[in-house]
Amino acid sequence: MSREDVLHRVRTALGRDAGQPAPAPPPVRLRIPEVSPEARIASMTARLEALAGRVCRVSTPAAARAAVAEILGDRTAIISNAPYLKECGLSTLPGVRSGIYDRDQLRALCSTLDVGITSADYALADTGTLVLLSSPQEARLISLLPPAHIAVLPCSRLLTGLDELFSSRPDPAAVSSSMVLITGPSRTADIEQILVRGVHGPGQITVILVG
Amino acid sequence: MGQSVSMFVTCMVDQIFPQIGMSMARVLEGLGFHPDFPEAQTCCGQPAFNSGYQDEARAVAVHFLDVFESSEAVVVPSGSCTAMITHHFAELFHDDPANRARVAALAPRVWEFSKFLTEVARVEDVGARLETVAAFHDGCHALRELAIHDAPRRLLARVQGLQLRELEPAGECCGFGGTFSVKFDELSGAMARGKVDAILRSGADTVISLDPSCLMQIQGALSRAGLKVRTLHLAEVLASR
Amino acid sequence: MSRAFQQQIHNTLADARLQEAIYTATGRLKDSRRAVIADSVLPDYQELRTQANLLKQHAIDNLDYYLEQFQGSVEAHGGRVTWCKDGTEVADFVLSLAKQRGARLIVKSKSMTTEEIDLNERLEHHGLESVETDLGEYILQLAHERPYHIVAPALHKTRYDVANILTERLHAPHDTIIENQTALARSVLRQKFLAADIGITGANFLVADSGAIVLVENEGNARLTTSAPKIHIAVAGIEKVIPRAQDLAVFLKLLARSATGQLLSVYTSFLSGPRRPGEIDGPDEFHVVLLDNGRTRLLPNRERRQSLYCIRCGACLNTCPVYRKIGGHSFPWVYSGPIGAIITPQFMGPAHEPGLPFASSLCGACAEVCPVKIDIPKILLDLRSEVHKTEAQAGKNRLEKFVFRAFAWLMRHPRAYEIAGRLAALSSSSGDGGWIRRVPALLNVGPLRAWLSQRDLPPPPARSFRQLWRRR
Repeated sequence: MSREDVLHRVRTALGRDAGQPAPAPPPVRLRIPEVSPEARIASMTARLEALAGRVCRVSTPAAARAAVAEILGDRTAIISNAPYLKECGLSTLPGVRSGIYDRDQLRALCSTLDVGITSADYALADTGTLVLLSSPQEARLISLLPPAHIAVLPCSRLLTGLDELFSSRPDPAAVSSSMVLITGPSRTADIEQILVRGVHGPGQITVILVG
Repeated sequence: MGQSVSMFVTCMVDQIFPQIGMSMARVLEGLGFHPDFPEAQTCCGQPAFNSGYQDEARAVAVHFLDVFESSEAVVVPSGSCTAMITHHFAELFHDDPANRARVAALAPRVWEFSKFLTEVARVEDVGARLETVAAFHDGCHALRELAIHDAPRRLLARVQGLQLRELEPAGECCGFGGTFSVKFDELSGAMARGKVDAILRSGADTVISLDPSCLMQIQGALSRAGLKVRTLHLAEVLASR
Repeated sequence: MSRAFQQQIHNTLADARLQEAIYTATGRLKDSRRAVIADSVLPDYQELRTQANLLKQHAIDNLDYYLEQFQGSVEAHGGRVTWCKDGTEVADFVLSLAKQRGARLIVKSKSMTTEEIDLNERLEHHGLESVETDLGEYILQLAHERPYHIVAPALHKTRYDVANILTERLHAPHDTIIENQTALARSVLRQKFLAADIGITGANFLVADSGAIVLVENEGNARLTTSAPKIHIAVAGIEKVIPRAQDLAVFLKLLARSATGQLLSVYTSFLSGPRRPGEIDGPDEFHVVLLDNGRTRLLPNRERRQSLYCIRCGACLNTCPVYRKIGGHSFPWVYSGPIGAIITPQFMGPAHEPGLPFASSLCGACAEVCPVKIDIPKILLDLRSEVHKTEAQAGKNRLEKFVFRAFAWLMRHPRAYEIAGRLAALSSSSGDGGWIRRVPALLNVGPLRAWLSQRDLPPPPARSFRQLWRRR
């Protein structure tokens, strides 16, 4: 069997025995800076806007609903099952499909509607990143197939950066099959290094920070 | 002062650019040093080392140790040869503890010329004067292995009449690379022409470096292109009055 | 050195359009990288490099341990791990899985590892359709070319080239507007994603403690490849394993910065197993293929083992003065640039292209930018020695060996060295003291001829330094 062959080659080359434990790895290196909530919001905004994304800050869930309604205009949308979006009353917006739990139906809707609305488990202030863990509440394709993505989350989920994320979630696999970090709109520069947005994923991204 | 220093002029300066060695001696003497020239010196072995002939390089390295072991300080007008001695001799003797110990003892006393001036002689102004617009070319080994960046610039800043320009892109190889220059002649030539373009963009009329081999490559390409830009070793600049 | 290698170099140097394209693209990537590692934006950059180096060293030194741990973690999440010695075994695995599931269409996201084993060709040979979905890779697949650059695969193609390719292969109207070309690719590939049975990706990292694979990309095609089809297969080299998910905080900060000058790539996917109960979408099957394909040959030697630390950021290519002149296709295998120059001879054997380790001025720019601190020049030197040893055994290149032996002898005999030097000077004296443009035909051979083909030669001085010194 190739497994045994490969492992045997590895061990022979390294001078190790089967089942031999590894010495302790270098200590984990996570440095979490002290950053005030306001400074996090400012950084999130600046970083995402530098990537042609948008950040709107609103003070209440009701204001979030109004903001999303305005951004949507007359576009159609699909919204995820995240409880926070229900709290904001977003699932009752006109033109918005909600409560989808069937894979085929989800795919069909995501392929045809204009906007995907999700929440986010976290956001990373120092890179302008959204962090989404896949779950019954949060499907993968909503932030991926429609040409535009809107994420609505409370300011309290805004972390400083990667170090804080991996400190809060030392093993993302424990809770989900998929954790995706989204930093700005989909882009490519494969032809002549000219930047084009929205090549496979959404070309527009808007983050609504609440609170 | 009056400290004695040994000059390792390198085979290239000995055979091709003796004026670089003479200039270095003049600068050192001007600072009150008594430079000597151990006659048995030849080469550091780098040509063989970089071409993948370790045994041959080792033999030459042993000869170098024999010649310079008793020197108080060794000054070298080449970043590349200095790096060979201070960085690569140890690799050559990785399974030869006796010679490795000799290298460990000697290497800290081996100095690239500009570093010697700024760190041992502790001077920046050597009283030189040269009316020119000059670009400084960083030799790769001086820059990356010896981390020499500021020392020559500080020395050049004190040369009266000399206006210093930086090359863009900074720190890019001239394409010499020892036997690389003749094994991949066309590629090496293209790299040299890239360097020539950078020199022309800088508007300099003189190119200065710490490495005779870079100067040979760059001057060779300048000359082939029929350009009037000249090349000088830092020692030649600092010896100008 | 092979004729083909020399010819490729010559052709690339002679192509002014290509020279401009390579130089501009790599220059832009190089500048972008420099801006995001600057002290003012990432003060602990050097510490991160050191940590990345230590982590890679630790993972590779204990590779069997972490691979077994990884397998256990993947299986705990319902994924499956398959070990393969080479490309044939990978293709066999994919083909048999496709047959069992009745799969016909495969979407692929960019992966150097699958390029290495020509996976697309192998699958298509057996009647499967395997479509590259990264924009650059898609264009190259249509053009039947291999990637020009680890990170920017179609770096050598202009919008006019792309227009021709799309017209010829997709019968699309000729259009040289890059946005339109991208939109066309998006719509063609979107249909492929939605119809595909299997998605194949590589992996930037295999996380041993989580049993996750990590994919880093900008377009979203890797996300689609891993989310739309019912089966996901990740093909990864065994060297990609890292101990802990938390170590990603180090690697992710370095990877995008070094590759494209971004703080993070647009999408970083951390994927472990098939979709869990209740999750609405995601694949039903999750397979990881662990590929050797020559990697274990690099392990015995401590120094060379470093070659396996590579995280494929491409920074060494962008900064390399050789890559910036000869481009990606001059290199004899899929990996180009400095990292290609050390990986290729070790994976394929030194005889694959004996000239390759010598195609470097050893300037060290690659080692300076490498985020995991691989000492590429040192490995190149080691490979040069190995080529000489192989040649000596085969009785080849005896003249060069003799020349260096003579050199070493001469350098240990100062008198003989001095006489030889004077004789050489006399024989090449030009007379007027100017730089030498040409020499008599009799002398115009070997290295002298090679030098003079490009540059002038310094005139020999009337006296050597030691002669001048004696006269003082």
